[in-house]
Amino acid sequence: MLRKIILYITFISVVTFAQDQIPKLDQYATDFTNTLSTNEVNYLNRDLKTFDDTTSNQVVFLMISSLDNYPIEMFTYETATKNQIGTAENSNGLLFFVAKNDRKMRIEVGYGLEGALPDALASSIIRNEVAPYFRKNNYYGGVQSGLNAIKSATVGEYTRERRTADDDEGGGGLPIIYIIIFIIISLISGRGRGGGLAGLILLGGLSGGRSSGGGSFGGGGSFGGFSGGGGSFGGGGASGGW
Amino acid sequence: MLEDPNAFQMFQNAQGELGNALSRLMVTVEAYPQLRATENFQTLQQQLEGTENRIAVERMKFNQTVQKYNTTIRTFPERFIAGIAGFNQKQYFQANEGADEVPTVEF
Repeated sequence: MLRKIILYITFISVVTFAQDQIPKLDQYATDFTNTLSTNEVNYLNRDLKTFDDTTSNQVVFLMISSLDNYPIEMFTYETATKNQIGTAENSNGLLFFVAKNDRKMRIEVGYGLEGALPDALASSIIRNEVAPYFRKNNYYGGVQSGLNAIKSATVGEYTRERRTADDDEGGGGLPIIYIIIFIIISLISGRGRGGGLAGLILLGGLSGGRSSGGGSFGGGGSFGGFSGGGGSFGGGGASGGW
Repeated sequence: MLEDPNAFQMFQNAQGELGNALSRLMVTVEAYPQLRATENFQTLQQQLEGTENRIAVERMKFNQTVQKYNTTIRTFPERFIAGIAGFNQKQYFQANEGADEVPTVEF
């Protein structure tokens, strides 16, 4: 039993070590290899941001140089989970990942998009839409072609309108809680204005963090950057090479 | 099933056998390049890989949850309540022995 515990402790520390290597993404398109030009990355960013704004599907692109023998399925699952790609209610996130020097890529599909983009289709996109470009060293062409195929497969799955409606509905019940907290704080502090102010600040902080789905408070300052919505992943998608 | 170690073991064995059968199938197929080249077969292969990956991910999630649970019922104040209410340690999924070995298939 003791041996088993020690084994698990070792396992946990290995996992945490590995998690330091998992990138935190703040853009829809990230290229750590500098293969794509700044203009190309910016274009992909805008394109994927627009796609998120119109469909609520969060599609994220990431390219690194090498995985150093780390299993690609683990890496993309951890990256997608850590960055919470997709909305919490629909889990409609997707990560298109390329390890350039390993010549490996993977499309990691969130739970909510597995219906629109099953493994077979993800695999077909990799083999038929992306790989032919990559073989000719046309990385931008391959990425664009792949993302276009991904977008057209997932475009009708969820709509932004429905999501907004859900948000409003949820928001309706929340203020009551805030008012109660507000009153309690006012009562506890018992100093009229001082407590009221603290309550107001708390109120503002809570409601701001809650309704905006993250991002609006972030001091990062990069306009139109990516922030995850809380989507979860279950290992769906496909891997391939070129 | 979570309470019964034997049933849990059987479930894990059944999963292991499925994994073995699939990898034997893949090795068999290596001998038929024409089959491997067809689009349909590549699709099938992808689906099988996807299935295995999904199982692996959910097993990992299961283990993480069990780990959290086991830690909680071992920690100081919860320990007494867990003892009284009969919350027992749950077991983890373990990697199959020989899962990292490539099976040999004879023709």
